[in-house]
Amino acid sequence: MSRISIDQVKHVAHLARLAMTEEEAVAYMEQLDKMISFAELLNELDTDHVEPTSHVLDMKNVLREDKANNGLPQQEVLKNAPEHLDGYIKVPSIIE
Amino acid sequence: MVSLFDHKVSELHQLLHKKEITVTDLVSESYKRIGEVEDKVQAFLTLDEERAREAAKKMDQKIGTDEAKGLLFGMPIGVKDNIVTKGLRTTSASKILENFDPIYDATVASKLHNAETITIGKLNMDEFAMGSSNENSGFQVTRNPWNLERVPGGSSGGSAASVAAGEVLFSLGSDTGGSIRQPASYCGVVGLKPTYGRVSRFGLIAFASSLDQIGPITRTVEDNAYLLQAISGVDPMDSTSANVDVPSYAESLTGDIKGLRIAVPKEYLAEGVDEVVRQSVLDALKVLEKLGATWEEVSLPHSKYALATYYLLSSSEASANLARFDGVRYGYRTADPENLIDLYKKTRAEGFGDEVKRRIMLGTFALSSGYYDAYYKKAQKVRTLIKQDFENVFEKYDVIIGPTAPTPAFKIGENTSDPLTMYANDILTIPVNLAGVPGISVPCGFADGLPLGLQIIGKHFDESTVYRVAHAFEQATEFHKQKPGL
Repeated sequence: MSRISIDQVKHVAHLARLAMTEEEAVAYMEQLDKMISFAELLNELDTDHVEPTSHVLDMKNVLREDKANNGLPQQEVLKNAPEHLDGYIKVPSIIE
Repeated sequence: MVSLFDHKVSELHQLLHKKEITVTDLVSESYKRIGEVEDKVQAFLTLDEERAREAAKKMDQKIGTDEAKGLLFGMPIGVKDNIVTKGLRTTSASKILENFDPIYDATVASKLHNAETITIGKLNMDEFAMGSSNENSGFQVTRNPWNLERVPGGSSGGSAASVAAGEVLFSLGSDTGGSIRQPASYCGVVGLKPTYGRVSRFGLIAFASSLDQIGPITRTVEDNAYLLQAISGVDPMDSTSANVDVPSYAESLTGDIKGLRIAVPKEYLAEGVDEVVRQSVLDALKVLEKLGATWEEVSLPHSKYALATYYLLSSSEASANLARFDGVRYGYRTADPENLIDLYKKTRAEGFGDEVKRRIMLGTFALSSGYYDAYYKKAQKVRTLIKQDFENVFEKYDVIIGPTAPTPAFKIGENTSDPLTMYANDILTIPVNLAGVPGISVPCGFADGLPLGLQIIGKHFDESTVYRVAHAFEQATEFHKQKPGL
């Protein structure tokens, strides 16, 4: 029995914004199941009283001087955009 | 075959200073060698020959003046393709960035400009640095210069192979779970992953932000120290870069390791590590003992959990970092999407390779509602235990030593069927990233003509001791003097 259902795979693919065929979803279900079952090795450890580590160095609130700097020029920024119009990046219409 | 790159940086600097060679000679050496061997090695994704030669010509005018005093002046370098270089195509070996032309330089690229190295080209890698063999590149498979049927390692495979093949003097790689050290080991060169925070990540296309570090790949430990010197330091553009003094690394290369206390984790010589690899490490320890060091066996008891911890954390961070590749502002965009969501989904499905998608799926799952505590947070807690393992050992010892990889370079295609088998190659390097400490791989032997690497791990921000030990070992052995018979 898979730890993860085909519907869950499709839900995760939607969250990750990945188009997926039915066939691919089945393949991912098997692969994810394998990886998740491997990850469950961690359940051997009692971590109830262990603090999580998100960052190895002890640094907090790294601030800089509140000074305005020039941003990148618009022309440059648009250079790599797949589609642009009048200085804006263009995407399919969002509002009907 | 004799090459200018058989000389160390310090020697080439002297030759330039005495006008026995020119910067043009150094750059020509690179492109000549690339012309000879690149069709076999396939280390480069992009070459920058015209600009490199032009820069060399200008720099030749400065030889003999104060402007040419910098040690790295005129030295030809290769840069891993996940480090953005202004005006020089940067793809991260992904189809999704196939035509990406960066509009700014990574901090390390600016630092290289300041040091006046010459960028020869951009080096192949596993797509978004996800892999251990370069077989996950979206464009080509780099080959191991010692045996073209074998992988160069990964993900910085192009960076290690180009140095081993003599195509560049040195290179930059990046290391998230072993991606500098493992290819350095497989290709018989020196590769260092600095302490997390030592080198700015600004402009490094992020894979796993809490683990990624840029580092140098070189022929010798001395060159490695010089290159790290040039790229280290706090950076206002990277709030995770550390405001910690950068010492002179070259000064640590004294050859003196008398009284050094070495810890050898029993887990690093256990089952799964090839006998020939184990023996090479035991031989290396004898060399270090002769030089006045002592070693004892220790335990890093949570080592066996490192791989699962790493894959959960790195995939989770990757799933967030790679959200930016959506076909809107840059990179590949699918043709004729039905709507915006469809544009995102098809662009990403068509632009990313299989391994990248697999990790995005795992990471998105581990971060999703209902699973976050069980997988992501659990892995963060185990990371704490792994980090504490290292802290405990470093209370009594100066360095930790073991193999870099459990085997020599494997055959192309040998490990591609099962992702988990492939991941196991990084079992000895991953804990170092989780703990955030520095680690180096230096050549320590050969097995059937394939190089082996010795891994030396140090305390946070103690690259100096790592270099001192690596250099002492290198000077006492001959492995680094061998070159592949390409």
